[in-house]
Amino acid sequence: MWEYTDKVKEHFLNPRNVGEIDNPDGVAEVGSIACGDALKFMFKVDEKGRITDAKFKTFGCASAIASASALTEMIKGMTVEEAERITNQDIAQFLGGLPQEKMHCSVMGREALEAAIANFKGSPTKAADEEIICQCFGITDKEIERAVLENHLTSVEEVTNYTKAGGGCGNCHEAIQGLINKVLGQMVEKPVARPAMSNIKKIRMIEETIDREIRPSLKLDGGDIELIDVIGNRVLVATRGACASCQAANRTLKFFVETKLHELVSSDLVVEEVSQ
Amino acid sequence: MKTIYLDNNATTQVAPEVLEVMLPYFSTFYGNPSSMHSFGGQVAREIRKAREQVAALLGASPEEIVFTSCGTESDNAAIRAALLAQPDKRHIVTSRVEHPAVRALCAELRSRGYRVTELPVDAEGRLDLEQYKESLTPDTAIVSLMWANNETGVIFPVEKAAEIARARGILFHTDAVQAVGKIPIKMRNNAIDMLALSGHKLHAPKGIGVLYIRKGTKFSPFLIGGHQEGGRRGGTENTPSIIGLGMACELADRNMGTENTRVKQLRDKLEKTILETIPRSRVNGETVNRLPNTSNISFEFIEGESILLMMNEYGICASSGSACTSGSLQPSHVLRAMGVPFTMAHGSIRFSLSVYNTEDEIDFVIEKLPPIIENLRALSPYWTAEVAGACKAV
Repeated sequence: MWEYTDKVKEHFLNPRNVGEIDNPDGVAEVGSIACGDALKFMFKVDEKGRITDAKFKTFGCASAIASASALTEMIKGMTVEEAERITNQDIAQFLGGLPQEKMHCSVMGREALEAAIANFKGSPTKAADEEIICQCFGITDKEIERAVLENHLTSVEEVTNYTKAGGGCGNCHEAIQGLINKVLGQMVEKPVARPAMSNIKKIRMIEETIDREIRPSLKLDGGDIELIDVIGNRVLVATRGACASCQAANRTLKFFVETKLHELVSSDLVVEEVSQ
Repeated sequence: MKTIYLDNNATTQVAPEVLEVMLPYFSTFYGNPSSMHSFGGQVAREIRKAREQVAALLGASPEEIVFTSCGTESDNAAIRAALLAQPDKRHIVTSRVEHPAVRALCAELRSRGYRVTELPVDAEGRLDLEQYKESLTPDTAIVSLMWANNETGVIFPVEKAAEIARARGILFHTDAVQAVGKIPIKMRNNAIDMLALSGHKLHAPKGIGVLYIRKGTKFSPFLIGGHQEGGRRGGTENTPSIIGLGMACELADRNMGTENTRVKQLRDKLEKTILETIPRSRVNGETVNRLPNTSNISFEFIEGESILLMMNEYGICASSGSACTSGSLQPSHVLRAMGVPFTMAHGSIRFSLSVYNTEDEIDFVIEKLPPIIENLRALSPYWTAEVAGACKAV
């Protein structure tokens, strides 16, 4: 069991500012259901640039909920400039600390805040020159470097605790170590090359494509399709209704679904059907 | 606050009868069973009795029972012994849903050059016996398949699988840690060569396990030392725990009927009511060939750790297969192997009952759970008005 502080428990059991704001001035969604936690965060600003209201919705564990609740409490009454200076450490401190393995929850809070402020200001969230290091959780080099710098991290394990990077397949551990060394001013080793699209983005695009382009056509024939998992370039789906018992289903998947995904997401995707 | 313990696949309470028979062996009868004097010898007599009690539960002979420190040791000893006994064979067959005691060991063996086939399961957690047959080769040294899954309770047809292995001269091991005491096992009537069990899953203390080794199976010890356990496991016997395990096995034999009637009824009531009262919930794993005490239920769009901690506020104990509770940032390997969608896998809860649970406890959980799920969904960005509305319309 995690050793949560009383304040974490209290914010988890009685979260503040849950919900949504009509016409928010800044809004952001970070994380994804595939990764196990997600945060939708928004705020309202008055004419003097002061944050008058903040609300959130969280899918996640106790510390993810508590971190989001804490964040909304912290920024109310602040100017946007003041809020901009909040770090993940501030969120963790507000809660009396978080277990090491749960520090990524405070980082998610800070990311949501930053993205919402960027949305408020109308500036892009992630700079174009950022590179995805962790494919599993879609974490970029800049995010890792920042976490290392702000939290004085020295090991890959710590980086995983704070950012989730490296917590999946583990292929990026060497690259993460390279970034730690770089930040610590030691010998710099160039991280390995990587494709541009993050897993999260890819999963989202696949989900959207299935929803918008594929499902309606299948439904015309009394069938349906569900996305089960995305492993690398393998897209695992299950068919429902008429599709599940249809002899032509396999062909439907291979030709129709795959073609759509190639067209709209990425040309290297392979569709596989899993039994459901 | 009263504890409502529905996490018996994690561990169980030591039965009062078990504790009672153990206590004298911490104090009055502390002798070493290997000693020549009768002070030690009287302890050896009790260990013999315990061995008979364990053998009776398994439908085995006492000399086929080796006491170990835990289920993990038994699994490790079995698989390593099989490989040592057949140095020319380099292939292991196992499944994707094994307990880490087998799974992590096989991964380690793979890194040492062994070839490991991890058989997949279908969406209901079932094994395909045809695929299993095809996986066996002349190079296969051992098959290790669990009898019942710790997360879903799904029972594998290990007796059939063992016959198939025997026909090809391949050793068969099963991790039966969750099955022993819950479903009838008769080693005399099957072809399983080695079986692991763990004391603390059947109301004996932690720190005691058993490896059943069929008579005639080539075996070399994992722990090398004294002549204890017929030379198959060195180390002075954990006398109080062995004696406790003996009693626990006798009790399990006696309670097998209750387990499969009253406990099963309670589990079914819990499961049925949850599915009826909570929208977008579903059972993970097949419900026909399943342990009588286990139910693994997913609640869509919310996360397992949150559910557990909310239940914890009422003293309700259960487990989850979510990433936040697995300690690995990814949801349970069992649910992933079954292809449970992300929206469901993170929100899975395992309830596992024992003979000590009462109907009042189940009713309490049935009453407390729906508002917990509702409150967490109100927090979830994925629980949109559209989803909630669709559920109400059903």
